[in-house]
Amino acid sequence: MASNTHSAGHYYLPAPSKWPIVAATAMLLLGFGAAFTVNQMTVGYVLLAIGFAVLVYMLFGWFGTVARESESGVMNEQVDVSFRWGMSWFIFSEVMFFAAFFGALFYVRVFSAPWLADIEQRLLWPDYGGTWPTAGPAFKEQFTPIAAWGLPAINTLLLLTSGVTITFAHWALKENKRGALVGWLIATIALGVTFLFVQIYEYGHAYSDLNLKLSTGVFGSTFFMLTGFHGFHVTVGCIMLCAILGRSIAGHFKPEDHFGFEGVAWYWHFVDVVWLLLFILVYWL
Amino acid sequence: MSAVLDTHGQHDEHAHHPSGIMRWVTTTNHKDIGTMYLWFSFTMFIVGGIMALVIRTELFAPGMQIVDPDRFNAMTTYHGLIMVFGAIMPAFVGFANWLIPMQIGAPDMAFPRMNNLSFWLLPPAALLLIAAQFVPGGGAGVGWTMYAPLTVQAPMSMDLTIFAVHILGMSSIMGSINIITTIFNMRAPGMGMMRIPLFCWTWVITAFLLIAVMPVLAGAVTMTLTDRHFGTAFFNAAGGGDPVLYQHIFWFFGHPEVYIIAIPAFGVISQIIPAFSRKPLFGYTSMVYATASIAVLSFLVWAHHMYTVGMPVEAQLYFMYATVLIAVPTGVKVFNWVATIWRGSLTFETPMLFALGFLFLFTMGGFTGLVLSIVPIDVQLHDTYYVVAHFHYVMVAGALFSAFGGIYFWLPKWTGRMYNETLGKWHFWLSFIFFNVTFFVQHFLGLAGMPRRIPDYSLQFAEFNVISSIGAWGFGLAQILFLYIVVSTIRSGKPAEQRQWEGADSLEWTHLPSPPPYHSFETPPVLR
Amino acid sequence: MSGKFVRAAAGLAMAASSAVAQAAYQLNLQEPASHIGERVHDLHTIILVICLAIFIGVFGVLGYSLYAHRKSKGHVAAQFHENTTVEVLWTVIPFVILVLMAWPATTTLLAMRDTTQPDITIKVTGYQWKWGYDYLKGDGEGISFLSNLATPHNQIYEQAPKGENYLLEVDNPLVVPVGRKIRVLTTGNDVIHAWYVPALAVKQDANPGFIRDAWFRADREGTYRGQCAELCGKDHAFMPIVVEVVSQEKYAAWVGEQKKKMAALAEDPNKTWDLAALAERGEKVYQANCVACHQPNGKGQPPAFPALSGSKLVNGPKADQIGLVLNGKQGTAMASFKQLSDVELAAVITYTRNSWANKTGEAVLPAEVTAARK
Ligand code: HEA
Ligand code: HEA
Ligand code: HEC
Ligand code: CUA
Ligand SMILES: [Cu+2]
Repeated sequence: MASNTHSAGHYYLPAPSKWPIVAATAMLLLGFGAAFTVNQMTVGYVLLAIGFAVLVYMLFGWFGTVARESESGVMNEQVDVSFRWGMSWFIFSEVMFFAAFFGALFYVRVFSAPWLADIEQRLLWPDYGGTWPTAGPAFKEQFTPIAAWGLPAINTLLLLTSGVTITFAHWALKENKRGALVGWLIATIALGVTFLFVQIYEYGHAYSDLNLKLSTGVFGSTFFMLTGFHGFHVTVGCIMLCAILGRSIAGHFKPEDHFGFEGVAWYWHFVDVVWLLLFILVYWL
Repeated sequence: MSAVLDTHGQHDEHAHHPSGIMRWVTTTNHKDIGTMYLWFSFTMFIVGGIMALVIRTELFAPGMQIVDPDRFNAMTTYHGLIMVFGAIMPAFVGFANWLIPMQIGAPDMAFPRMNNLSFWLLPPAALLLIAAQFVPGGGAGVGWTMYAPLTVQAPMSMDLTIFAVHILGMSSIMGSINIITTIFNMRAPGMGMMRIPLFCWTWVITAFLLIAVMPVLAGAVTMTLTDRHFGTAFFNAAGGGDPVLYQHIFWFFGHPEVYIIAIPAFGVISQIIPAFSRKPLFGYTSMVYATASIAVLSFLVWAHHMYTVGMPVEAQLYFMYATVLIAVPTGVKVFNWVATIWRGSLTFETPMLFALGFLFLFTMGGFTGLVLSIVPIDVQLHDTYYVVAHFHYVMVAGALFSAFGGIYFWLPKWTGRMYNETLGKWHFWLSFIFFNVTFFVQHFLGLAGMPRRIPDYSLQFAEFNVISSIGAWGFGLAQILFLYIVVSTIRSGKPAEQRQWEGADSLEWTHLPSPPPYHSFETPPVLR
Repeated sequence: MSGKFVRAAAGLAMAASSAVAQAAYQLNLQEPASHIGERVHDLHTIILVICLAIFIGVFGVLGYSLYAHRKSKGHVAAQFHENTTVEVLWTVIPFVILVLMAWPATTTLLAMRDTTQPDITIKVTGYQWKWGYDYLKGDGEGISFLSNLATPHNQIYEQAPKGENYLLEVDNPLVVPVGRKIRVLTTGNDVIHAWYVPALAVKQDANPGFIRDAWFRADREGTYRGQCAELCGKDHAFMPIVVEVVSQEKYAAWVGEQKKKMAALAEDPNKTWDLAALAERGEKVYQANCVACHQPNGKGQPPAFPALSGSKLVNGPKADQIGLVLNGKQGTAMASFKQLSDVELAAVITYTRNSWANKTGEAVLPAEVTAARK
């Protein structure tokens, strides 16, 4: 029955594995940990820390296993196609997650803020203007949004460039130029990390100089949640890039078969596109 | 020809599979995982059902008797959440796991390890939901729809609930990616997309819906979390937000969600009815297109749950027109089932009884849905027991009956043993009668103006509530019979044949013995 | 535990017997008392009849088939499938029926949403858990009061027989004249509530921070009862709505009476109050506004609702408590009580600071509240 021939038409089935249950345990700990933490209970921090450690252990273990299987060549064409479907649908789910937040932004700008300023609402909010940017009728302090054509524009440039460098890395991989592959990957990571630092700097600026905080009404809410979740995705993207960099250095991936690389590249492009939307809808317009 | 390839293929095939509890914990087998999903689902059904019985017992008579109002609201909330996310959805994922590989001629799911993770994320989520009842402040009495800003004042159990929803979302998304990839990529040669059984088609469409809307729900509860703890103002007018924004996001998820519950049920029914009519499905192609249209339309109608929030009249009109349109593709499905039965050669074993019960009662629920979709009527009926009656007709008599029918239909295949037909019929008739006793009278309560989510009510509603509560206990007790039937089938049922139902013609019946081998198709089946 | 159980059982038995005694078995919408209500009633009848007709048609066919095409009667399955004509028909005919249904629905809806040119405008505010009414425009302008559940606690907890209007009775009903267009502006103070009076065909959510509107014109005098229809927390079931529709003359008389009452109530904020007077007044305010959460004995229902008796805050500096009661606490059920007058606030704070285990011996004067409002 079991055979070692790897030609197309054979099914690949992984053996029983402990990693799923480790992952589920991590989620159990993280779920309780986070819930207790937001309620300022000490046990929460402990659970979070353990959960996080288990999560990291699981990620190393599980992805390590997949990478080893991939290199040992047990995965065939069909598995490769499955991975492509899987990654595409995963990215689609991420798109819908961001859609919820973009939808919220759209709604407050187009509906709720103007509604709050309409004639009927004078009874409740006598002197509210309702123009964007707004932190709502009860917010009395002054705040300044971040101008689009300063650091955000530079960040746009950084991310767009990183989209190009990862494509160069991909070309290099296809031509089996390992040195160039590694070089372009490092460049991509460097750009990504720089982006993150600029973003952190910008947050600091917003908090200390612009009086723009997460709690600055609905402007602060949408601004920080959208850019924050994007920043989180860039961080995850960078970690994934580091992983494939490590694998590239270790000599993994073949010019004709390297879905591990491509999956990360797709993800990176997705993060790029989200940023473009952010730049236009959050910073610029 | 082709063969199954194990990572430990060098060794003797199954020598390395752990046994005992570790078999279930580490398994990558779609049948094991399907079984776990189904048992988990039944367990949650009992938990949610007991909560329903608390609700119905408190409502047996006017006045406060057994729980205080906060606890009552928590019971309503977690009954809804647990039934939807813990009982019905996992039940159909269980069916998907068992059946899809067998029906398309594959050895297993596309991502067997992730499949295991999808399942094992459910118990942590369930633990969070159950623990929420016991933390200080008690369960969050906010309704399964978790409307802001009531959620902002809720006790810490709300946070447990939010993270449970996140985990459930991950599980559903991974499960869906797996199912969709399996169907697109693992079909046996010759099994074209328009040849797969209708159950598989309904799951392709459901999986798509899930991947599209579960992240939106995650977004909604994340905003609730930050509004609660981190000072954001998404749902707070003082900060420029809007409580109604929550409702828009929730129902953008919520309406497709109700079809996520209904569509796999349609799939099961579409397998059962042809089998017992001994006649192919009347219109396979139109069924596929109707299901897809329902899915597309379901994204465009969400605000019919919000007719009374005070949106502009133009918006109300649009949502009303869009909503009534769903009756057209759903009608196509109903007519198709009737046309399949027409001039068949009918027998009435338990699965067929449940399918007919489904057809009759689901259509009734559909019609009450249509009544609700008419704005001026809904203004009267919104948030009354009429709505409760509507959705229990489509979800209990719809989805749950379909799941029962499916269990009786495939139990002989899965276990290799036949259930007791007489007891099965008893289970059906008890369920059918008590279901109607419980929920039919709720239409009258709603029409007369009894609001939902109340632990106590005025005297004019007393009579029908008594009837409804008696029905609920009857319905609940009837389910003990179901448990007995399933357990005794597994233990000591008579051996079943490969093709237990002569009219069943999908691959699991025609190509695989009962029970099927561990890896369904180690070599792709030969299809004509 | 067992005491509770016995009481519960007794309650169940008592209520079950009374249920049999006065059977209502109402099967349809409540009898409408307004023109819009009648149109909604008729619309519902039309839709229901259409649905029933289709239902009977479809299940008539199915029923015949179940009878005639059974295998046990030796029926052999026909093998037909797919028939374009039939499929087009059963797509198009339902579509046409739906268009026909949409027509009366649209006209009724447009009439229902037309809130222009009202005779009287009333703002309705949902509080946890009572309603507040402010007459903004038209006859009675300036009248403003709160409307609380009037059913006594012991009826709810089975210690007394239930009255006829159990849970549907309030201390101050909304009073409006017959035949006049009344526009209601709804808003919420804390969470979402919904103002629902079935016989008048009004249900409108009361969203905090927003004003939304609806209207009704009652055709007949009478008392119409409804309930809050949006889950709003613990006492969602206990915030009924009572609308008394009276003749024009009676309404005028009622307005006069209310105006007098309001004048009497409009206490001079500069009057000097002593502790005893304030505490006495405060007890009433407490009964009306605070008992639902903090309980008559001040012990609250921890952990959801803290005890005021022995509370650090209540026994601490006055300013903190004034601030809390005036502004509420974000993210908790403790809402702002700004809507109470300065005297009422001063009184209730004084009362809480000098009741149960709290013995501060200090009075909080209305002027202090006035100052804190700024
Ligand atoms: C399985 C789940 C399921 C399904 C399938 C449906 C199906 C439908 N639902 Fe339902 N619904 C729920 C689950 C479901 N619903 C839930 C859970 C809620 C409440 C949530 C909450 O608030 O907690 C709800 C609430 C709900 C509301 C909001 C009520 C309110 O809160 O005020 C509305 C309003 O439009 C509605 C409408 C409909 C319609 C039009 C359909 C249609 O899809 C029905 C279509 C079917 C038919 C019409 C019958 C068959 C058709 C024919 C035989 C053809 C010929 C017919 C004609 C031409 C008329 N539903
Ligand atoms: C598919 C989902 C589903 C299912 C299956 C059910 C099943 C049932 N539901 Fe409900 N229900 C919802 C989904 C569902 N429900 C939702 C979404 C809501 C809205 C929540 C909200 O408002 O937020 C709701 C709300 C709801 C209400 C309104 C509550 C309120 O507004 O306050 C009521 C009241 O009668 C009710 C009753 C019931 C009953 C009697 C059953 C019965 O069918 C249950 C029968 C099952 C059992 C009783 C368990 C099985 C029993 C045994 C195996 C034996 C017993 C075991 C022992 C004794 C140990 N449900
Ligand atoms: C809807 C329920 C509700 C009502 C009605 C209510 N309260 Fe409260 N109250 C609360 C809650 C909940 C808290 C706890 C807030 C927190 O978490 O700090 C609270 C806290 C307080 C505190 C602070 C107690 C402490 O030790 O921290 C005072 C004082 C108080 N309320 C006074 C009042 C007064 C006076 C009224 C009536 C005018 C009133 N409350 C009405 C729910 C309510
Ligand atoms: Cu107020 Cu429900
Ligand atoms: Cu819906």
